[in-house]
Amino acid sequence: MAAQAELRWAILVIAIVVFLLGMVVYMSLHWALMPPARIETIDPTTLHLAGEFTEGNLGTAIEPDGSVTVRVIGQQYSFTPQCLLLPANTPVRFRSTSSDVVHGFIISGTNVNVMLEPGYISTFEATFKTPADRVMPCHEFCGVAHAAMWARVRVIDKKDFFKQAGKERRLSCV
Amino acid sequence: MFDSKRLVLAHFWVASIGFLIAAVLGEWQMYVRSPLHAWISNSELYYRSVTAHGAAMAYVFPTLIAMGFGYAIAELALKQPLIGVRWAWIGFALVVLGTVTAMVPVSMGLASVLYTFYPPMIANPFYYIGIVLVVVGSWIWVALMSINLHAWKKSHPGEPIPLAMFASVAGAYLWAWTSVGAAIEILFQILPVALGFKSTIDAGLARVFFSWTLHAIVYFWLMPAYIAFYALVPRAIGGRLYSDTMGRIAFILFLVFSMPVGIHHLFQDPQVGWGIKFLHTVFTGIVSVPTLLTVFTICASVEIAGRLRGGKGPFGWIAALPWKNPMMLAVAFSFVMLGFGGAGGLINMSYQLDFAVHNTQWITGHFHLIFGGAIVIMYFAIAYDLWPHLTGKALSDVRLMRIQLWLWFVGMIVMTFPWHYVGILGMPRRMAYFDYGHPAISPEALSVTITFVGGLLLVASAILFIVILLRGHIGNRISLPIFQFSVPVHPPTRLPAALNSFALWITLMIALSIVNYGYPIAQLITLKQSSVPAIPVSVQR
Repeated sequence: MAAQAELRWAILVIAIVVFLLGMVVYMSLHWALMPPARIETIDPTTLHLAGEFTEGNLGTAIEPDGSVTVRVIGQQYSFTPQCLLLPANTPVRFRSTSSDVVHGFIISGTNVNVMLEPGYISTFEATFKTPADRVMPCHEFCGVAHAAMWARVRVIDKKDFFKQAGKERRLSCV
Repeated sequence: MFDSKRLVLAHFWVASIGFLIAAVLGEWQMYVRSPLHAWISNSELYYRSVTAHGAAMAYVFPTLIAMGFGYAIAELALKQPLIGVRWAWIGFALVVLGTVTAMVPVSMGLASVLYTFYPPMIANPFYYIGIVLVVVGSWIWVALMSINLHAWKKSHPGEPIPLAMFASVAGAYLWAWTSVGAAIEILFQILPVALGFKSTIDAGLARVFFSWTLHAIVYFWLMPAYIAFYALVPRAIGGRLYSDTMGRIAFILFLVFSMPVGIHHLFQDPQVGWGIKFLHTVFTGIVSVPTLLTVFTICASVEIAGRLRGGKGPFGWIAALPWKNPMMLAVAFSFVMLGFGGAGGLINMSYQLDFAVHNTQWITGHFHLIFGGAIVIMYFAIAYDLWPHLTGKALSDVRLMRIQLWLWFVGMIVMTFPWHYVGILGMPRRMAYFDYGHPAISPEALSVTITFVGGLLLVASAILFIVILLRGHIGNRISLPIFQFSVPVHPPTRLPAALNSFALWITLMIALSIVNYGYPIAQLITLKQSSVPAIPVSVQR
């Protein structure tokens, strides 16, 4: 009797855990919602000299295939660029890294949540539904002035964005 | 028979004093970053305080409670004098020495890297050396727990190990293995840089090693609380333990499944691939099983107490419970907080939901509710239960104990619920100040003020706890019955070897950790160009 009650509870517990994990699997497959995947390394001491994270290449870019990529660097105690300009209703790929210590960022009101680690390139994909001004704080302790490290994100109408993108190679709202 | 009274008292007193200081620091932090205070002019002071609060609460306080409680159990449950008392004092001295060694550079502002280290930031080497000494002191305890158990087994062949001792030794082995991750990070990665032998460090690999320790350390903190659930609560409230076997299974599951889950702290990190992240999500789901089993067994044990006291009907037994008994109150509060905190943990386990809350105040709320709430409130109950046996004097003011527990429970809810809420709004952790005038942050201001009020209740409760313990030393001398642990409904007479020994489970624990951590560690070690220049924190840049 007692052992049966225990067994029933154990089966229920396992069913709950399997159900929760099943939801994770479903979301992963159905919406392709996965944590950042590929492991890419980069030398933080030469970011500014060559490669995709040189200053002139930071900000939002339209790639040759028409997709949108935004490149951001975190450093003690700011992001470059400090204001990201992004189109609404368009898949956006973030590519970012750190030039010194561990940083991270979250964009308020969205699921964008990325850790930046020196030596590694972080990627994240997101689509912003509506035009809005948002804040983007550093969310990992990076030194004594960590609390001052906030950037901004301006999501604008898709048409306006691509009109502006025709004029400039890299976009930001600094 | 309880010879190690002074040893156990020393552990509990140093733990409690450290806990009080760290609690006051925590409340100061909540004050300076709340709208009640102007922006702190020197935010380095804030992070100095966070480092001291975190290191004391994570490394010193629970370690000393686990050690002290473990020694008490080794003597009281095995009914034999503690073997290696001199070594136990050496372990204790190492923990105290390590704490002082670490806290000197912290208080001088030379080690404001928080308790989680964050390489490539590098602090004063004495901070890390101090923490290593604390851990080495605790390893002596691990060895002594094992030695005492084996001596007992030799003289009691085939007898079931008392559940409290079985659980305590499981906790010791768990800690021995989980502390290895941070030990590797400190000894092979951080200290060579801090001492000036190297100038670069792989920050991503360091985070992987630290995650090996960082999640399972929570289960090490939790062990004394769970031992109290099984071995003290049913006895203290006049019930029986519903199932001794289920207790053993729960502790074995913790031992085996605590380690291979830590990468769920790294869901947003770039240096671990999604396959390993998914694997750790699955194991995180599995490690919730022993807690859910425990909830059932302990609720059933409490129901037995209610019915023995004349409670009838589906709910009548709840009213019949001895609610004036501090242990009853503590376990009820603990379960409420464990329920909310555990549900939050299942949310964090899903990496999709974790995107919304990773590194926000939600996480701060989550681990304060689980550790500070569900676990620490049981530490109080353990101290109250043991104290008369340690001092030989009565703890007579039961009302004061109830007030202390109520304050802790209400304070913890008032502090952590708003933290969860602002975390969902996207409020980041570890901020020395916020610009509450900014329209994106102003909606969070009221919640931060409420958490400060919750913190005030917690500090009041922490002070009361110390007062109650102090008064325990000046009460009337009493003669006590022999210390008893809970009696199961069906006391085991013979157990299968699997439920009465550890060799199989330790093998499984190590094997699973190697499977779940071996690949990412090997991958990062063989990766070229991933070490980066260290950034010393004490140097002005």
